[in-house]
Amino acid sequence: MTDHSPLWEVFVRARRGLSHTHVGSLHAPDAELALRNARDLYTRRQEGVSIWVVPAAAITASSPDEKDAFFDPAADKVYRHPTFYEVPDGVAHL
Amino acid sequence: MYGNDFSTPADAPGGGLLGEVEAAEAELRAAAQRGRRGGPAPDEDLAAYFAEVVDAEQKIEPRDWMPDAYRRTLIRQIAQHAHSEIIGMQPEGNWISRAPSLKRKAILLAKVQDEAGHGLYLYAAAETLGISRDELVRLLLDGRQKYSSIFNYPTLSWADVGAIGWLVDGAAIVNQVPLCRCSYGPYARAMIRVCKEESFHQRQGYEILHTLAHGTPAQQAMAQDAVDRWWYPSLAMFGPPDGDSTHSAQSMAWKIKRFSNDDLRQRFVDMCVQQAEILGLRIPDADLRWNDERQAYDYTQPDYDELLRVISGDGPCNRERIAHRRAAHSEGAWVREAAAAYAAKRAEQREKVAA
Repeated sequence: MTDHSPLWEVFVRARRGLSHTHVGSLHAPDAELALRNARDLYTRRQEGVSIWVVPAAAITASSPDEKDAFFDPAADKVYRHPTFYEVPDGVAHL
Repeated sequence: MYGNDFSTPADAPGGGLLGEVEAAEAELRAAAQRGRRGGPAPDEDLAAYFAEVVDAEQKIEPRDWMPDAYRRTLIRQIAQHAHSEIIGMQPEGNWISRAPSLKRKAILLAKVQDEAGHGLYLYAAAETLGISRDELVRLLLDGRQKYSSIFNYPTLSWADVGAIGWLVDGAAIVNQVPLCRCSYGPYARAMIRVCKEESFHQRQGYEILHTLAHGTPAQQAMAQDAVDRWWYPSLAMFGPPDGDSTHSAQSMAWKIKRFSNDDLRQRFVDMCVQQAEILGLRIPDADLRWNDERQAYDYTQPDYDELLRVISGDGPCNRERIAHRRAAHSEGAWVREAAAAYAAKRAEQREKVAA
């Protein structure tokens, strides 16, 4: 089954205005069947208005081991957050 | 479609437990919010790091380091759980063609389809631990992995479908709600989905029994007979008593398991007593009575020798269940092959167009 039926990751948009969220995975021989299986498996109770299926093999993931080093560059850029800046008293709409 | 035919008990069965599922889900989000540093430092002891994550009520995710025994325990438990959902389709599937009305048939079909879905969520969770679906299916068909002993009992009457929903799914929910807080992320998330859906199952069973118990004397007798037969096997679903349970202590330490078998069994009994009263059915235990000191019901233990016999293959339907699953798997092979051939043909066509 695994040979003929690779693993797909399923993402569902719950409602308009929300982003697609990973809900789980399933096996299917092709994208079309993956989509149909995902509908039957993950949206039996109107959990979604849109589904993405992605071959699991096509996902490149960062590894937890390298997490600190990998995400470090974000830690020393506090000026990316609006709270970094001092706003003089009395300024409106900023 | 459920809970409308009777007024008072509509929110009683499963209501509080569903609240706990919501709480587990909120906790999952809260734990993620609390955040923590990322992976272990290069020179850090991995076992200590793992223990720290578990102690902090954070989730272990598939690519994290974990002790081999933790991985093996989870694969065994999640696989057994998945197999139980798949085999569990059979006792109820037995009544789809004979459901007493179109409404009941549609509901039962939806329920059995849910069980297949639960099996698939759980297989997917097990696969994140590095075992393949083929292997899992093979282990079940070869009898090398178990499924819940309860599905080796036959469904003799329509009332059994009600008793399974009320008692078997009820016991499953009591067992499974704490698993929503399991330390392994994919299992916890799958269990949250499963538990939300199980509460429909439990209520539909309760409604069937309620209808029968308020019907003709023959229907009442049928409902009572079903409860008489399913009560003790349902109590046995919580596993052997704490003293004899082999996997418990370690699973508790790893936060895979949160409560002991006996604690969960007690909780189930305490829930059922009032629900049985509203049904107007008798729990088949002459020694069942409130113990004011313990603030819980005293009750008769199920026959654990019988449980062991059924687990080891000698229940009323063990051979039938596995034979049916094997036949379904081999008779369905052509569908899988055809789908694969079609996918290959389509891929080839696309390549030609691209070339």
